[in-house]
Amino acid sequence: MAANRESDSLVNISNVDFAYGDRAVLRNINLRIPKGKVVAIMGGSGCGKTTLLRLIGGQLRPTAGDVVVDGQSVPRLGSGDLFRLRRKMGMLFQMGALFTDMSVFDNVAFQMREHTALPESLIRDLTLMKLHAVGLRGAASLMPSELSGGMARRVALARAIALDPMLIMYDEPFAGLDPISLAIIGRLIRTLNDALGATSIVVTHDVQESLKIVDYVYLVSEGMVIAAGTVADIHASTDPYVRQFVDAQADGPVAFHYPAEDYRRMLSGQ
Amino acid sequence: MIKRSFSTIAAILRHLGARVTRNLLNLGLAARFFVAIIASSAICLRRPSLVIKEVYFIGVLSLVIIIVPGLFVGLVLGLQMYDTLERFGSGDIVGMVVALALIRELGPVLSALLISSRAGSAVTAEIGLMKTTEQLTAMEMMAIQPISRVIAPRFWAGILSVPLLTSIFNVVGIFGGYIVAVLLLGVDMGTFWSQIEAAVDFRLDVVNGIIKSLFFGVAITFIAVFQGYHAAPTAEGVSLATTQTVVKSAFVVLGMDFVLTAFMFRGI
Repeated sequence: MAANRESDSLVNISNVDFAYGDRAVLRNINLRIPKGKVVAIMGGSGCGKTTLLRLIGGQLRPTAGDVVVDGQSVPRLGSGDLFRLRRKMGMLFQMGALFTDMSVFDNVAFQMREHTALPESLIRDLTLMKLHAVGLRGAASLMPSELSGGMARRVALARAIALDPMLIMYDEPFAGLDPISLAIIGRLIRTLNDALGATSIVVTHDVQESLKIVDYVYLVSEGMVIAAGTVADIHASTDPYVRQFVDAQADGPVAFHYPAEDYRRMLSGQ
Repeated sequence: MIKRSFSTIAAILRHLGARVTRNLLNLGLAARFFVAIIASSAICLRRPSLVIKEVYFIGVLSLVIIIVPGLFVGLVLGLQMYDTLERFGSGDIVGMVVALALIRELGPVLSALLISSRAGSAVTAEIGLMKTTEQLTAMEMMAIQPISRVIAPRFWAGILSVPLLTSIFNVVGIFGGYIVAVLLLGVDMGTFWSQIEAAVDFRLDVVNGIIKSLFFGVAITFIAVFQGYHAAPTAEGVSLATTQTVVKSAFVVLGMDFVLTAFMFRGI
């Protein structure tokens, strides 16, 4: 798999540690995201998936190791260079993070107005094209408060691709969506990535939906990569953690019970 | 026994030290934030529409909360002053007293308190909610500085709006005094206005009042944006930040008023 060849990679995460204060979140993580692919980073809640995205976007700095995006070491970039790099990235936030005081149209046009000197007529056309790509051209004049959860996610997706980024990051894109919206978002992630020639990182714990659309999977648990491979590799894996996660088993390496003292002894009050 | 007393004293000192350190850190944070706003303010000159939009939100939408209290303050001031002055046979100078009280003191202070309650708290809640819903983070990820795009326009709009609203408060208040003194109590209209014209000095009273309101504008708008930007990203955090904006603004305005008055009107 191309994920192993450094020159083909858009994102290289090497030996990264990260901690919030004393609480270690990531431990010696190594990841490669190949150019042009859709890669899923999967794992249970609180395993450090979103932290990884924030490290790639330069919102956080690792306590050890390096994060390289498009040949640039993100933790070493000054704010000017970091902002220049971010112009080549798009990010879809878990709850959309749409600007609530702007219409759908203005949300999508926002970056074009801020970062380019394009005439308003061209911005209008480009914005409508982006909205058309996510099927919401007809909702251009609506306010975010008038959108359903799935629609808001699609508008956020249109906003994320407004400047045709080289890297699109998705933070839990399937969370809280009905089956139809879920399928739409899944299909859009795949088709937009291929149409734009971009690279996508999908952080999710939705196994079934993400395995339908991604090329490569990293499975993270307790701050470490515990499995990696193509979708076929993951399906064929006999690793107990991978099986528990993929088959959605309630008990396994990740225990159902939170650690506690002996049940009978606790009940009898001894 | 002695050992216990020592440990109690040590605990008190530790607590006190922690409080002082925390407040000093917050002061440093506020100073850095203030410098960051000033450094990011060029956008307000490049794109004045951003400031105008906020002037509408902070200024125009606060007109009702300025005009109605302004009128009632003028009405009450007219009644109270006339009653007191009439005991000394000086009821005719009620216009002058109302005007000076409003222009020098009540106008700037009451307007600032009203604006911080209405617009300051709204600005804090808006910025706090933008933070809670990751809108500010989204902006940063789009390579746009929230301090430049969100904070600076609100800051300058507040500074512009407060003196304007204070002027409106003063005018409406004086009109309230006119209604009571001239229309209800029968003070001569010519005397009412001529007393004001003779007693109110443009530089000493009007300009100083405006300067006061400018200082108040900087203070209350800065407190509002600072509290919103540094609010904890939870419902409770936004609620606490909004309350802090109103409470801190009130203390700062009243304290600042004393200092500014001492400098402006000393020896008069």
